Amino acid sequence: PKTPTLHLMERVIIAMQDPDIGLKMRNQRLLITVIPHAMTGNDIMEWLIQKYNITDEEAGHLGGLLVQYGYIYPLKEPRSLILRSDDSPYRFQTPYFWTSSRWPASELDYAIYLAKKNIRKQGELVDYEKQNYNLLHKRINHTWDFVVMQAREQIRASKQRRKADRIVLECQEQAYWLVNKPCPGAFDVFDLGPERCNVLNSRVILNSSLLFFLLRISSVPNNSLSSHFLLSLSCVCSFMKFCDQYHQHDPIMSGCLPSNPWISDDTTHWTINTDLVGTPTRLRVERWSFSFMELLNDCLGRREFMTYLEKEFSGENLCFWEACEDLRHGESSKIILKVEEVYKTFLSPGAARWVNIDSKTMERTLEGIKQPHRFVMDDAQMHIYFLMKKDSYPRYLKSDLYKNMLSKAIVPQETKKSVFPFMRRQRHSSPSPAMVSQATEDNGKAKGAGPAATNSGTLS
Amino acid sequence: FSGSFGEVYQTFHLSIYMSSNNKFSISPEMATQEVQPNETLSNLKAESDTLKTKLEDERAKLHDVELHQVAEKVDGLGQFIMKTRRTLKGHGNKVLCMDWCKDKRRIVSSSQDGKVIVWDAFTTNKEHAVTMPCTWVMACAYAPSGCAVACGGLDNKCSVYPLSLDKNENLAAKKKSVAMHTNYLSACSFTNSDMQILTSSGDGTCALWDVESGQLLQSFHGHAADVLCLDLAPSETGNTFISGGCDKKANVWDMRSGQCIQSFETHESDINSVRYYPSGDAFASGSDDATCRLYDLRADREVAIYSKESIIFGASSVDFSLSGRLLFGGYNDYTINVWDVLKGTRVSILFGHENRVSALRVSPDGTAFCSGSWDHTLRVWA
Repeated sequence: PKTPTLHLMERVIIAMQDPDIGLKMRNQRLLITVIPHAMTGNDIMEWLIQKYNITDEEAGHLGGLLVQYGYIYPLKEPRSLILRSDDSPYRFQTPYFWTSSRWPASELDYAIYLAKKNIRKQGELVDYEKQNYNLLHKRINHTWDFVVMQAREQIRASKQRRKADRIVLECQEQAYWLVNKPCPGAFDVFDLGPERCNVLNSRVILNSSLLFFLLRISSVPNNSLSSHFLLSLSCVCSFMKFCDQYHQHDPIMSGCLPSNPWISDDTTHWTINTDLVGTPTRLRVERWSFSFMELLNDCLGRREFMTYLEKEFSGENLCFWEACEDLRHGESSKIILKVEEVYKTFLSPGAARWVNIDSKTMERTLEGIKQPHRFVMDDAQMHIYFLMKKDSYPRYLKSDLYKNMLSKAIVPQETKKSVFPFMRRQRHSSPSPAMVSQATEDNGKAKGAGPAATNSGTLS
Repeated sequence: FSGSFGEVYQTFHLSIYMSSNNKFSISPEMATQEVQPNETLSNLKAESDTLKTKLEDERAKLHDVELHQVAEKVDGLGQFIMKTRRTLKGHGNKVLCMDWCKDKRRIVSSSQDGKVIVWDAFTTNKEHAVTMPCTWVMACAYAPSGCAVACGGLDNKCSVYPLSLDKNENLAAKKKSVAMHTNYLSACSFTNSDMQILTSSGDGTCALWDVESGQLLQSFHGHAADVLCLDLAPSETGNTFISGGCDKKANVWDMRSGQCIQSFETHESDINSVRYYPSGDAFASGSDDATCRLYDLRADREVAIYSKESIIFGASSVDFSLSGRLLFGGYNDYTINVWDVLKGTRVSILFGHENRVSALRVSPDGTAFCSGSWDHTLRVWA
């Protein structure tokens, strides 16, 4: 079974061995033996840097993974599956032993390998290998004679090979087992997390994606190649417009004032931007003009908007919208009660805060209320939402209320970088939202900021 | 139209006509019948693949515009420096998931050994800890109010823990079991309030639940394999969400009707992560095929691929910076790649983690992002 990662890794390995564009391999000396078709760690680094146009660091990282996954193995210090960017010798693993080829590893093969090692040199097995050996001996005891026989046979056959070949084969085999039966605690290539099932129900025949695809095609009207192109173009342009509009507001792109708390350890940026701060920042107020949703999503903005609507005697619209949101996102058990409340307050004839919905929508909604469910107000809510968005919102942005807010808004000074950067500031705790909320509940009225314990700067 | 798991197998027969002026017309007929013995799965699949190729060829003539072409005129990004500013140590095992609190500094994280921890990431203090009765807690989420967290994994459930202020109280005592699936829970998210949770599961479905009663409000069928991730739309009407699965598909769902309203299948392997672009008009995905992609919901197609030949490991988790200009991807090769969303180029690669990056989220105010890793730690970068 070849995972996508192994597939891509093999593509890299194959490219590395390409006669034209691949690594130049040569003989490498290992003590007194000359090993052919080898390369140095440096060679590997150079090739990766050149081919993929990446830095040393990235090449070292990628090369290291190629070694960890067993596609390249070291000749010197074979137990240490790392890439050294010096003249240490390495070799490509033979495809026979590729991680994707023989997976899962055969117990029998492993037993033979360990037996060989044991026979060749007493004490060559390290601790975890000894443990594995003993476990296997117990588990497949019935075939142990066969195991030992195979091991002896393989040793005999290898004695007949040239020394260089013998060393290479031993290294290949060892590298394979280091990857497939790693030392406990070491990196395990096969540690992949819970199993995923790739095809749940093979009898699901319909390729629904094909259908969508066809519907898409069929919806392109006559001679509308150009209109399709225009739609495509306008969609793509909208991303650029959005990124541009929000550029200054993106702290990672443009920084934030007075400083980014994570970098400076100074939480002023957060304290000047709390939900219901007295005077908001200029950036924040500007953002309310980007879209109606931005205004509503900011509780300060929403409060300001409510003030404006009340001046115009249309505050009930926003109240209705909020009540509908509460209905949609609230507990199932409260639906009937909430629908009743909404009806009484906003929709019934002579209601205290009657909202002006068109007759068709009103009719549909009143009919729907007979069988209340959480989406029963959707149409009416949508109608009022768009009314506010198209009418009240643009006028609010032109109003004195908004303009004053904008002119009052603060623009914090950027904090100059500290003269002594090695002195870390104290990192203050903040009250947990759970604490603040509970305090509110307990006292039946909104409490202040709550206990703010000062924390002596903990080093991360 | 989505595949049914019931006894009756619906097969669609599609007849495609090429009319005289080279336009395609389609007449779908729906037949409800048992699968005929000679209509093997592979035959039908082969047929649909052939049709697909034919249509892709025709479609290519429609002159779609690529994002990076139009973005050529946009200013390039300068030198990009982000560093680890906090390292959260405390999990004894692989970190699998994390989520930010709306207060912009607290996070919840979950791990392989069943531990769920709430941190004040700014001070790196642990504030709450719970041990779940199962291992591999692959999903966790912070409630909008900041007063509760939800989590689940191999227990096939999603449970909600109210965050107690009493340090002596055992959080597990107040645990509320909300969602029940027939396979592992892969992701969960509160909707606009603490009262509803959206879940995705290895059983191939997503579901919407009422927290108070544990009642199933809506289920979403259409994926043909494990669903691995989901994300809620920031749109005005707030009624849709996206999911990605092992069937290589990313689906867009209507929360109210349960219908799949759009579907995208361009990835070559499991989709591990989906995330909406901040405007809600597009979304990004990260996959085991080592690419991230951007899909435009109005143009109804893929508009960008973020890939590099030297990146051969899957992307496990993606998220946008506040303006949507940058896409951060956590990968299974322990790195984080930062992409210029408009130009399609890689801006930076961040090293630091010592094992897979399994979770990555930008903070609510965009000042930082947090990554969780199989190396047992979480890092906050800014």
